[in-house]
Amino acid sequence: MTITINGKATEVLDALVEMNLLLFLREELRLTGAKIGCGKGFCGTCTILIDNKPVKSCQKKVLDVADKWITTIEGMAEPDGTLHPLQQAFIDAGAIQCGYCTPGMVLIGHAFLLKNPSPSRNDIRKAISPNLCRCTGYQQIIDAVEAAVGCYK
Amino acid sequence: MAESKIKSWRNDAREKVTGQAKYTDDLSFADMLHAVPVYSDFVHARIKRIETKAAENYQNVLRILTAADVPGANRFGHIEKDHRIFADDKIRYWGDVVALVVASDRESAIKAAELIEVEAEALPSLHDPEEAIKPDAPLIHESHGSNIINTHRIRRGDVEEGFEDSDFVIQRQFQTQFVEHAYLEPEAAIALPRPDGVIEIYGSMQHPFSTRRFAAAVLGVRLADIEVIGTPMGGGFGGKDDTAAIVCARAALAAKLTGHPVKIRYDREWSIRESYKRHPYRVDYKMGVTSEGEIKAVQCKIIADGGAYCSTTPWVTWRSTVQCCGPYQVPNVHCDALGVYTNNVVAGAMRGFGSPQMNFVVEQMVEIAAEEVGISPVEFRHRNMVKQGSVTVTGQKLDDHTVSMSEALETVIDEIDYENKLKSCSFGKSQSDELYGIGLAMSYRGMSLGAEGMDFCAAIINAQFDGSIILEVGIHENGQGAQSAFILLLADELGVDRDRIRYRQPSTSTIPDSGSTVASRGVLMGSNAVLAAATEFKRKVSAAVSSILKCKAQDVRFADDRIYGRDEHHSISFDRAMHVMFLQQQFPFAFGEYRAPRVSWDEKTGQGKAYFTWVYGCQAAEVMVNKKSGRVRLTNAVAAHDMGRVINPGMALGQFYGGMAMGSGYALSEEIKIEDGEIVNLNYNSYRIPRSVDLPDMSAIFIENPDPNSPSGAKGIGEPTNEIMAPAIANAVYRATGKRYLKLPIKIES
Ligand code: FES
Ligand code: FES
Repeated sequence: MTITINGKATEVLDALVEMNLLLFLREELRLTGAKIGCGKGFCGTCTILIDNKPVKSCQKKVLDVADKWITTIEGMAEPDGTLHPLQQAFIDAGAIQCGYCTPGMVLIGHAFLLKNPSPSRNDIRKAISPNLCRCTGYQQIIDAVEAAVGCYK
Repeated sequence: MAESKIKSWRNDAREKVTGQAKYTDDLSFADMLHAVPVYSDFVHARIKRIETKAAENYQNVLRILTAADVPGANRFGHIEKDHRIFADDKIRYWGDVVALVVASDRESAIKAAELIEVEAEALPSLHDPEEAIKPDAPLIHESHGSNIINTHRIRRGDVEEGFEDSDFVIQRQFQTQFVEHAYLEPEAAIALPRPDGVIEIYGSMQHPFSTRRFAAAVLGVRLADIEVIGTPMGGGFGGKDDTAAIVCARAALAAKLTGHPVKIRYDREWSIRESYKRHPYRVDYKMGVTSEGEIKAVQCKIIADGGAYCSTTPWVTWRSTVQCCGPYQVPNVHCDALGVYTNNVVAGAMRGFGSPQMNFVVEQMVEIAAEEVGISPVEFRHRNMVKQGSVTVTGQKLDDHTVSMSEALETVIDEIDYENKLKSCSFGKSQSDELYGIGLAMSYRGMSLGAEGMDFCAAIINAQFDGSIILEVGIHENGQGAQSAFILLLADELGVDRDRIRYRQPSTSTIPDSGSTVASRGVLMGSNAVLAAATEFKRKVSAAVSSILKCKAQDVRFADDRIYGRDEHHSISFDRAMHVMFLQQQFPFAFGEYRAPRVSWDEKTGQGKAYFTWVYGCQAAEVMVNKKSGRVRLTNAVAAHDMGRVINPGMALGQFYGGMAMGSGYALSEEIKIEDGEIVNLNYNSYRIPRSVDLPDMSAIFIENPDPNSPSGAKGIGEPTNEIMAPAIANAVYRATGKRYLKLPIKIES
């Protein structure tokens, strides 16, 4: 079975297809940007994109993403290290404190802006609501997504 | 300052936004084992036997550890050494850990843990502190001789006289709940046995030095035999001290006994089950006021549920007594606080540390009193609040810094247009289903540890011969941006670009123990240590380069990445200056230390200079309450706090918004529910912290009156923003519904 992660086709050993997707990413591929916050689908720290849709990877098996196109936080910046404009917006807006929710927030924000090129502030607030943040009160995260809107047009 | 114009910066932002930052569970070492804790079904029981055979024989299991395997102290704690690393004589709460299973993979460890059987004699359990203090109540810690952990008191003036001089005496009882910190990263630890015999620890903990103390005690080794490495942490909020340190200590024990690196990663359910919470309080409050609206007397009794172990209960309840009258002058005060053992989950430090509970009480009491007297609550606050030169209820004269209570109150009133909006409050009556209300609350908060403890901090500046600088501060980064604040401050002091400075996350072996990142002291203490180091650094550099610059050492100036003599024509680059120092065989290296100014305390009377300085703050909230569903929606929130000096505005804003958000959860949705001793809401689906849609856009206003007690001018902000949100919301709910809610979280009958 093959999955495509951040543009790279990855062959999955048969023995691993039943594995939890989040653990597979973290432990087998050492892509540790997706975090374990609750393990039950409530917090969104494990968010990844499957075919550009935000998905809580702790709720999936590797099998579920066969032949799918996966983006993790590690795939957001350019290969030369240039940050994606949304990532830069997170930094500039002060949207990062402990940073544990940040990878998931960037990805859920990114998926949303891909679909909604001119959202209202309230649309953004709703869009990120599946993901929790305990540090920021969400305000600067919303600021960041809002600031990046122009880059998606 | 226009909030939107602030471009934020932090040194670790890039690694966090790219997913490269390595939190504890992101690290991995060769031959690493995995360990998991084992709980029992008991709440209060005398242990007879722990049967581990079946677990030992389970696949991939290497070892099972229980209290019998602890070479050092199995009982430890910050104050009372009563917290069992592994339950030994008894199980005292549902989160007590009886054993640790070590296996080569985590799955096997979890399966094996289910095979461990605890044979024990169940004992009657106590879940209400008022029951626990009855003379015939069973003892939770027999050797302590009582279920009372500690008492504190304030005795000022004569309350009986005070009540006699009052025209109105108001009495109410308030109740608050157990609250979970809900840091998004659950506890995690990795311990590594090093060839030199030192055990190295990485962990999600907010205080490497207390982690070291716990681990050294448990292993029975000396402090230098443990090295705790500061590790990025996914949130703490006061909650990653004792429990997190114990998780690290257990990993250290397993590493020592197996000779392998050992990782422990908590599931959310274990984290909520075992980790300490914010104390539930029951407060009986009596206030006497004159018909002119002057507070004459306050009598209050505070009962705090400390749960199964002491933790920091004595310190938490101490702050509650000091702040038992809010920011008001009261001539006669009689306050008693009791910390009580129960068989509930342990209670300990959480953002606010004994003040959120008291502010919830006081800020409603003043409004109830104002209404009795017939003056506006704002006017009532003005009449009674502390002003420049006022004396606090503990006898401290506030004359050595700007007392900006009224400035904070007026700022918020203006910003939110309070007086106008008051007119639209529903007081239970409206055409539609929605009721509107606005409310505010204010506080002053004693900064740093105060008379609670040792309060000093170290910083190291180590410049290199190419002009780059390594900075290290003995304060742990909890995610709030302490490191960035220190870098910005140092860059400013040395007149250099911030990119020249690299922050080294210190380990316990590289810098002296500078205390915990608690009590909003991180930036306050750390910034002053940085300042002291910078002063020493500049002294050394000035002496070394003054001859080149043809001036006296005291005329040397640092600016624009250069070092200047008397004028523009005499200068050298910072790089060159560092090089010159090395050629002269002098180290551009400085150690700085900062000691908090003296405080004092008399236990008997509860009088003294409790804190060396205070932060004054006010917050307002607007709510809509749905008559049918009883749902309260926060529609606006404004905060203004005098934090002395703002070093990193973007991060300071985050402290405001995050504190307000957490405070709104405290007011409206958060509550650890304990049934028959067991916590029933063990994950985020049932323990509800605010989501983005539960919050409005908030406004934050910095008031900056630099504090002469703090050389950097900075005070702190982490806790003030969190501690007055609940009463502001309660006051708003009152104006919406016409009813007072004296119990947290606020639940409105539909
Ligand atoms: S870890 Fe997947 S939603 Fe929380
Ligand atoms: S920044 Fe800490 S949880 Fe969001």
